[in-house]
Amino acid sequence: MTFRFLLQTVLHPQRVTRDLGDAPPREESSGALHGSLQVRHVDAGSCNGCELEVTSAFAPVYDAEQYGVRLVASPRHADALLVTGPVTKNMAGPLAKTLDAMPEPRLVISLGDCAHDCGVFRGAYGVEGSVSDVMKVDVHIAGCPPRPEAIVDALRGLTGR
Amino acid sequence: MSDLARVMTEILVAIVQVVAVVLGGPLLLGLMRKVRSRLEGRIGAPIHQPLLDLRKLFAKQRMRPRESSWVFGAGPVLLVATAVAVVAVSPLATTRPPLGQSSDFFAVVFVLLLGSVFLALSALDTGTAFGGMGSSRSMTIGALAEPALLVAILAMSIPSHTSNLPALVRIGLTHPAVIASPARILALASFLVVILAESGRLPVDNPSTHLELTMIHEAMVLEYSGADLGLIVLGESMRLVFLLGLLVNLLIPWGVADRPGAVFFVVGLVALSLKVAVVGTAIAVFEVFTAKMRLFRLPELLAGGFVLALLGAVTAVVAR
Amino acid sequence: MNEVCVLTVALAGTAAAILGAALPPSTRVGAAVMFTWVSCVAALVAAVSVLHSGHVIALSSSAVIPLTGVTVVLDPLGAVFVIAIAVVALASTLYWLGYASHGLATRSASCALPLFVTSMLLVPFAASVATFLVLWELMALTSLVLVLTDQSRREAARSAAQWYAVMTHVGAAAILLALVMLSAHSGGQTFADIEAHARHLSGVARGTIFVIALLGFGSKAGAVPLHVWLPKAHAEAPGPASALMSGAMVNLGIYGIVLVGNVLLGGGPVWWWLLVSALGVVSALYGALYAATSSDLKRLLAYSTADNMGLVLIALGASGMFAASGHRSTAAIAMVAALLLMVNHSLFKGALFLAAGAVQVATGTRDLDRLGGLMRRMPVTGVVFLVGALSVAALPPLNGFVGEWLLFQGLLHGLPTSNTSVVISVAVAVAALALTGGLTVAAFVKATGIGFLGRPRSEEAAQAHEVAITMRAGAGALAALCLVLGLVPMLVLPALERGASSAGRRGATSSTNGWISLHLLGLHGVLAPSLLAGGLAAAALMVIATRRLVHRRSHAWPAINSTEPWGSGRQVQTARMQYTATSFAEPLQRVFDDVIRPSRDLDVSHLAESRYYIERIAYRTSSDDVLERQFYRPLIAGVRWWGQRARWLANGSVHRYLAYGLIALVIVLVVVA
Repeated sequence: MTFRFLLQTVLHPQRVTRDLGDAPPREESSGALHGSLQVRHVDAGSCNGCELEVTSAFAPVYDAEQYGVRLVASPRHADALLVTGPVTKNMAGPLAKTLDAMPEPRLVISLGDCAHDCGVFRGAYGVEGSVSDVMKVDVHIAGCPPRPEAIVDALRGLTGR
Repeated sequence: MSDLARVMTEILVAIVQVVAVVLGGPLLLGLMRKVRSRLEGRIGAPIHQPLLDLRKLFAKQRMRPRESSWVFGAGPVLLVATAVAVVAVSPLATTRPPLGQSSDFFAVVFVLLLGSVFLALSALDTGTAFGGMGSSRSMTIGALAEPALLVAILAMSIPSHTSNLPALVRIGLTHPAVIASPARILALASFLVVILAESGRLPVDNPSTHLELTMIHEAMVLEYSGADLGLIVLGESMRLVFLLGLLVNLLIPWGVADRPGAVFFVVGLVALSLKVAVVGTAIAVFEVFTAKMRLFRLPELLAGGFVLALLGAVTAVVAR
Repeated sequence: MNEVCVLTVALAGTAAAILGAALPPSTRVGAAVMFTWVSCVAALVAAVSVLHSGHVIALSSSAVIPLTGVTVVLDPLGAVFVIAIAVVALASTLYWLGYASHGLATRSASCALPLFVTSMLLVPFAASVATFLVLWELMALTSLVLVLTDQSRREAARSAAQWYAVMTHVGAAAILLALVMLSAHSGGQTFADIEAHARHLSGVARGTIFVIALLGFGSKAGAVPLHVWLPKAHAEAPGPASALMSGAMVNLGIYGIVLVGNVLLGGGPVWWWLLVSALGVVSALYGALYAATSSDLKRLLAYSTADNMGLVLIALGASGMFAASGHRSTAAIAMVAALLLMVNHSLFKGALFLAAGAVQVATGTRDLDRLGGLMRRMPVTGVVFLVGALSVAALPPLNGFVGEWLLFQGLLHGLPTSNTSVVISVAVAVAALALTGGLTVAAFVKATGIGFLGRPRSEEAAQAHEVAITMRAGAGALAALCLVLGLVPMLVLPALERGASSAGRRGATSSTNGWISLHLLGLHGVLAPSLLAGGLAAAALMVIATRRLVHRRSHAWPAINSTEPWGSGRQVQTARMQYTATSFAEPLQRVFDDVIRPSRDLDVSHLAESRYYIERIAYRTSSDDVLERQFYRPLIAGVRWWGQRARWLANGSVHRYLAYGLIALVIVLVVVA
């Protein structure tokens, strides 16, 4: 890595982030957040398609972080639980424990068609049910998989930015 | 100035320094994240985002694990209290802080160590494996960083014949040649390595990792929520600002208020903010281009820091 | 008046021992404790009056010890040691009242403990070779009896007692040799005579005497490599006895070094003190390292004793080097730092050992890997241990911090000397100080965190409950003194300065601004410990108040006080999933693998049907003392081999034995003539 490359990177960072327009209307449950949302993601049994879209939502092109959203490692640090995939029998217990470990006020966001109504996995032998069968869901993002813009929109609705 | 007026001024100076660091800590954190984001090609969260995070955290519910004792709640409080106590008496914006005569470098370092020790104890109090892991790694790194730190303090104290902090800053203003001396440069380089190790920045620890097995500092705070977590984030950022503030004041003391007077004090605050912002940005740029070192390679890094400090001490003695 | 005090110390101690041996079990401990207290208080009164007035107590009598008589002198240096020992003894005997029902109420223990305390109190009073050696030997024998408590049921106690007996007598032999050489030269055996004539000894003789005395007294103080008895004996001795051994007896090793080096021989060249410093650096690093990697609570504390004594030796060595280079003020500061470190160590190590004894009584185990959750079950003991641990780690606002600050200031200001060897050793000393400080912090975070915090790792720890009030009071008193000395070190500094002057380091070292701040004279060094503590307390209260205020104003949800810990959502979370002491120390052990060289045993047993299926894996790791393994065991094996070879000399024939006697007598007559 040359000095010239370093200088260029520092002085002229390439900005690839798309402009996603004005903030969408704010959710009622977002009052206590004050523009800051920490999200804990749990994969309850998804095919990882939704995870790729979440990764893309936090990557430079869509950059959800500029709206005050951040992914965290511990549910104790989180305000919202982002669940992807149908809830499989093995993940039902850990998912419930993760929700219990979160301090109030807390939200549950279900991401993708599988989280909403099991999608293509409805009736499969390992599936317990959808996320709304196991816990109360506050925000739902539709799609299989949902586009990153939809994910960022939903998150912006919660932070109000 | 009458005694009462002097005491009131000192209290005011202490309060202003503490408030500046309480606000400046999260702002520095936000600045460093912003610089990282920009270099990664993103826009990134605004600089005041950590302040918004803290505001929300203090309103969230606090949760304590069962079978934890009073030490669990005492950890965050002491982390912030030790940071407040050292900021109040240190030469950050002025070379005449309150209780400046007894503001000793050695004492300041040990007060900060008290905060780290209580954080490590409260991590063990959580009763989880993560807490023990974070605590164990943090104490190992602390143990190995201490020789570098104390020998660096020794190297800086020898030319001025004292380990009193305001005197160490003031000598840079009165005898600028001291700053350029190899003893001080080497000692400050070692001090920088120790700061990176103690505040958990790359290459020692990745502050934004999600993988528990790679965590050192984060693993200790996985169990905290609400105001406790807010206090920890605040305490850590205050420590980083304080240590960087000391580093820049010892390296580039110009701007620090050397005479009594509100104007000089305000100039000192502004100068401190600018200098810390510049150093913070430099560290953030360095972090973008550095990978985290393997845990068992860290003793080599810290030994390197120790050797720098030892060289500094030797040159300080020889060059008298 | 002072003579009465000295006699009271001796008589009350003897009375305590006799009553302890003679009375029935219900009253023997109480009576022994009462008379021991009388003895301690008398010693305190004598010592305080010596320090206050500056006069010296002197007594002598030709009775008590046949042929040589007894000479007793208490100077300010001895008075400092007497006070430290008396305070620890008062607290430990109070603790003994509660501990006695756990096996320490036997006739032998009730007789030995008071005698142990009395002999330790009287050693600094001794002013002739015979008095000193009799008291030293009495101290060693009585502590040996205490280590052997309950030995019929514990093999480890017997082995520890063997090591202790041999090493303490080898040390005593060295001390005897050094003192006899001094006394032979001076013609008389009182210390006054020796001091008067010692300056006429040749440099070689003085050097040899000093080195022999250093080895003898150093072994008692736990200087590495003569420390191997310390982790064994201090770990196996019962609670109050180990507190007395670690908190009081090791101090007498330091007393002996100062006595021979500074008082009797009147100081020496730089190389003596370089040797003392080197011994101190090695002890400090070795002790701290083994404390950091040990998972037996009392062994950890014993290695920490070796570490702290190493720090005292560093301070003594620095003081001697500065004095030999002509820097009197820094020499005085370093000596005061050494005495302060010693006093601090007595207090916090006494508190730690008494708390460890309480833990052993409540849970039946010393193994940190099986403890945990004791802070909730034994709140007072937990706080005492926490205070002791923070003091050892030299954290403000406790006393350990003041001692280390003073030592650091002494080293810093003594650095600008012209002697390169002194400069190098001071730089090495600072680095050693720092590394041992870091390792000690890790060791005591481990001991407190794994031992007292978190969830109990075994059934015994879960069933623990708080111990008797006398045990809590004894341990708590020492912990409270740690806090008091940390806030107001000016209480003891003038006394320590007097002690230092009587050891040859004259000159006031500090002035105080009331009870608030400490100014070092001649240097720019100021410390205000109570202001520091006050600032911390104020900051902590402010933080708590702000948190409450913000909580109320933001209408936050109420706190949940007993939730399941977050363990990545796993279904089963047991207390055994927590870190243990061994795992806590593993990164450090890896870093220092070459030094510790732990032995590892991996035992994999397969199912009979197939080598691909594993039935059981057993992993054992032990880090026993590397010096013991590499040096002492081969030495013992060598001695044993030599003994085996010499057996042909003892073939059972009486005629041969008579012949040996005749030949030896003839040789002696020839030599003497």
